[in-house]
Amino acid sequence: MIVPLLRIDGLHTRLGELRVVDGVSFSVMPHQTFALLGESGSGKSMTALSIMRLLPEVARIQAGRIDFNGRDLLKLPESAMRDVRGGEIGMIFQEPMTSLNPVLSIGEQVIETLTRHRRLHKRGAREEAATLLQAVGLPDAAKRLNVYPFQLSGGMKQRVMIAMSLAGNPSLLIADEPTTALDVTIQAQVLALLRRIQQQRGMGMLLITHDLGVVAEMADQVGVMYAGELVEIAPRAAFFDHPQHPYSLKLFAALPDRTQRDARLANIVGNVPALDSEFIGCRFAERCEFAFSRCREESPGWTTLADGHAARCHLLETAAVPKSVSVAQTIQLAVASDKVLLQVTDLAVHFPLHSGLWANRRNVIKAVDGVNLHIYQGETLALVGESGCGKTTVGKAIVQLQPATAGRILLDGVDLSALGKRQLHQQRAYVQMIFQDPFSSLNPHLRVIDLLEEGMIALGVEQNAGRRSQILVGLMDQVGLPSRALQRYPHEFSGGQRQRIAIARALAVQPKLIVCDEPTSALDVSVQAQIINLLKDLQAEFNLSLLFITHNLPVADYLAQRIAVMYLGRIVETGSSEEIITRPRHPYTQALLAAVPSLTRPAAANIVNGDIISAAHPPDGCHFRMRCPLAMPICTERYPDEMQLSGTHSVRCHAVAQAERVAGLN
Amino acid sequence: MSWQPVVLWTDALIFSLAGLILFAFSRKHPHGQLHDAWQRLIQMPMAVASGLILLVFVVIGLLDSLHYRPQLPAQPGHAPQYSVEVISVLDTLLQPLREHQEKTYSAPLATRLYVKETMVQPGGRVLRDYPRLQFGGASLLHPQQDWQRDVTNRIMRGSVIGVLFAALLAAVGAGLLAMRRKCGLGALYRQLLGENNRLPWRTALTTLTILSVVIAVMVELAAAYHVFGTDKVGLDVLYNSVKSIRTGLLIGTLTTLIMLPFAVLLGISAGYFGGWIDDVIQYIYTTLNAIPSVLLIAAAVLLMQVYMEAHPALFDSAAARTDFRLLFLCMILGVTSWTGLCRLLRGETLKLRELDYVQAARAFGVSDWRLMWRHILPNLYHLVLISVVMDFSGLVLAEAVLSYLGVGVDPAMQSWGNMVNTARLEMAREPVVWWPLVAAFSLMFTLVLAANLFADSVRDAFDPHGRQR
Ligand code: SF4
Ligand code: SF4
Repeated sequence: MIVPLLRIDGLHTRLGELRVVDGVSFSVMPHQTFALLGESGSGKSMTALSIMRLLPEVARIQAGRIDFNGRDLLKLPESAMRDVRGGEIGMIFQEPMTSLNPVLSIGEQVIETLTRHRRLHKRGAREEAATLLQAVGLPDAAKRLNVYPFQLSGGMKQRVMIAMSLAGNPSLLIADEPTTALDVTIQAQVLALLRRIQQQRGMGMLLITHDLGVVAEMADQVGVMYAGELVEIAPRAAFFDHPQHPYSLKLFAALPDRTQRDARLANIVGNVPALDSEFIGCRFAERCEFAFSRCREESPGWTTLADGHAARCHLLETAAVPKSVSVAQTIQLAVASDKVLLQVTDLAVHFPLHSGLWANRRNVIKAVDGVNLHIYQGETLALVGESGCGKTTVGKAIVQLQPATAGRILLDGVDLSALGKRQLHQQRAYVQMIFQDPFSSLNPHLRVIDLLEEGMIALGVEQNAGRRSQILVGLMDQVGLPSRALQRYPHEFSGGQRQRIAIARALAVQPKLIVCDEPTSALDVSVQAQIINLLKDLQAEFNLSLLFITHNLPVADYLAQRIAVMYLGRIVETGSSEEIITRPRHPYTQALLAAVPSLTRPAAANIVNGDIISAAHPPDGCHFRMRCPLAMPICTERYPDEMQLSGTHSVRCHAVAQAERVAGLN
Repeated sequence: MSWQPVVLWTDALIFSLAGLILFAFSRKHPHGQLHDAWQRLIQMPMAVASGLILLVFVVIGLLDSLHYRPQLPAQPGHAPQYSVEVISVLDTLLQPLREHQEKTYSAPLATRLYVKETMVQPGGRVLRDYPRLQFGGASLLHPQQDWQRDVTNRIMRGSVIGVLFAALLAAVGAGLLAMRRKCGLGALYRQLLGENNRLPWRTALTTLTILSVVIAVMVELAAAYHVFGTDKVGLDVLYNSVKSIRTGLLIGTLTTLIMLPFAVLLGISAGYFGGWIDDVIQYIYTTLNAIPSVLLIAAAVLLMQVYMEAHPALFDSAAARTDFRLLFLCMILGVTSWTGLCRLLRGETLKLRELDYVQAARAFGVSDWRLMWRHILPNLYHLVLISVVMDFSGLVLAEAVLSYLGVGVDPAMQSWGNMVNTARLEMAREPVVWWPLVAAFSLMFTLVLAANLFADSVRDAFDPHGRQR
């Protein structure tokens, strides 16, 4: 039998009063990846920090063993632990921006780890650092040693982080959400890199993530955490083939997917239970649809099935395995009319690179550079693209939060961008916005009722205070919050609830169009499902049009009738969701789709290379040509024109145009 | 009526400030973030200890800000006449100290003067010796023998009274707390000793005891001696330094009060509007910053002196004159010190302006001023509060420096700066007269240290970033 590389046994960690890790045991085998899957607050990161003994000050490990290479890490003195950290165990954090020291060059930082843990001399360390950076795919590594972190993109920084964690020749790598802050194409690159390095070095890896797709691509073993406890452990194939625990089942059902476009997403009702008290029954009982009386009285033990699959659920003991969770009734689909509500023509937003009295106003960043789009009444258009492509700026320009440099924004026939201050004020109610981060979009100093009333008062939607509060009570009910929540402050709510409040705030002024700027990307999968369902319901009820800005193609596909793909300030392909997802034509769209980690398809092989290019210096010709596998000479010369492929499908690409011409000739 | 109230400008301002603070406290903030921060603050032992000390200073300062003119002995047939001298409630409380004037210097707790004098004995003999003081230890028949016993007695008595007084206050406090928590005293006792008690009542009790013992001992001693000696003209130094508290407090608070509106308004506008408004405001404060502030203050104070001499009719009493000069000093200090806060607020507003909730409010067409008032200002409270408390001690010290340079408060006004200024000569004298400097220094030190410690706690409690969770 193989000896596990890392064995955790009965780990209990408390964060103040909270039992953030409550009896977790698992093993990581050498050469294998163990993925710890869980939503925020499940204790997965705390488990990782406990292994490294890097817990915040108020936290302490109460009990348990962490055996690594034959030693109990919890019993090591701090000085020995320092050798383990960054030496035998490497760690990668989620935020590459903050985990590199901004005032040291990346070479110095890698060399520092090398001299610390490998006792290399100066020259040797320098060469080794270059080799390492080369290995993580930093082009021109030897020359780039003197580069500072701010000169690198997020993906590159994460590569440097990986190089640093490899510097001590670790036998175990702990990766805490290593790609969550990255774009899909970059995420695919980094995941591929991690896989390659792991195979080359034969490391064990503990991967912490909330993303089922990442688990599917990376893991050998999967552990699902819920409320500080592991609830299911299984080999990957078994887990994806037949998950056992009701929580895992729900997680799968909550993922938006093509096949269930017309169905509601399964949402897990309620919230993760508070962790400050002892649990008597099953932690999931409050939210589990299979719960029965025993679940509330007795905490379920492990039931081991064949092939190393184990889960903690009373149902398994009785062998009545739930096959699937029920998914609620099909949703009433909003019928998009053929009345165009919003028509955006040649929209451009340029930012000056410098500001101030004597700035040169000719140097600009063309964040949005000639965007055309239209939305029908009651329709959802998804605007998809990676960070920095200008999609949020388009949204803000439509809501008139960002003055447009050029172009027309017609809402119901009124050109918003040409209106004076007074007239614009009257139109403001018709188009509203929901923001990405529900923690920064609600003023913490105002009560919910004040937040909601603000817009109604400012726009004169309802002058009578009594009727206003009646409307608000109704609204709260529609977004699924109790009306007593009106009197409370935002910080008393969870992320999902805050997003509901934000939605209610937008609805309060009876808009015709809502721009949703990544409203679910800061939320957990199960909560994301709730919000998406809610948006669908509300759209049907109020005949709303939605502009749904996202980087998440599956969500866009699930929610939208049409999708527009944006790259560096321009829309490169638009079409119905069906067309974009199943028959993408533009190489960028194809790359995006290939990069999405999938539960069913093996890890993508054809990943686009290169970083996202800054909008400050777009290349001549087609913006995508540096990363495009199909680039041709003509692509450097001019930007491709728009080409209609069908009534709804249009694309801007020379290669596609050529292919169509050839097809037309035959 | 045997007195006529006099409201000086600074009195009006300081009391409106106190009123404002009380009002802010009395309003209910059920569960806002600021409420949490206050909760955190009163759970910090350091904050409670330094806060109590500050409170004593504030009470003295406020008592000293209630001014009036006593009625002169009535002359039959005349309308009641009031004294030209404006005195405060504190003066009345310290009446003996004020009136027990000696001839010249005497050391702390001394029974004799600090300088020899020629005296004619009853027998006609001429003697050069240190004469007995008129008031200090006057009750002692044989100072050499009795002095030590008397002083020890008084210290003991003072300590006992202090402890008793502290116990009384603690009992009242416990009663109030029990009423607030709506439980019996026994239950309160158990709560306080329990594991979940967050209230640093032990620290509070200790500070309270120390404070009241010190005060009671002082009172006991001051009844018969000059605790800090007397100065050149024989005035009690303790009285002088206690009177200086008001000056220090006023400079520390009124300056901020005066500069705050400018700093807040300009800082927020600069950050919020950006563009040319931002440019103009930035140019103003960088220019102001470039002028050495001492120079600016000196110039302004000299100008004002000239003005006051040219228009003596504007001031009906000496108190009004010194008061005007104090107020003017606050203003000019305010003018030179608003830039720091303004820059800080501008930077923070730049960040806040981009926050989603500000954007959301703009999408609702909320007007700019309302937006700044409702969405930006409340999120700057903590910065304003922190910087106000931090500035306080700096300003108290600035007063000392400026008065020492001769451009501070009126020389006739009691202030630590003026005391330090006269101490310059006294330290050069042989034998050295050290006590006025020590008295001024120790009071100023206590105030500034307490203020600094309090400021640190305030920052820890209110700064959302610097806090460790
Ligand atoms: S033990 Fe009961 S409540 Fe818990 S997951 Fe299983 S069925 Fe649901
Ligand atoms: S125009 Fe050329 S470079 Fe651009 S996407 Fe098409 S083939 Fe690639």
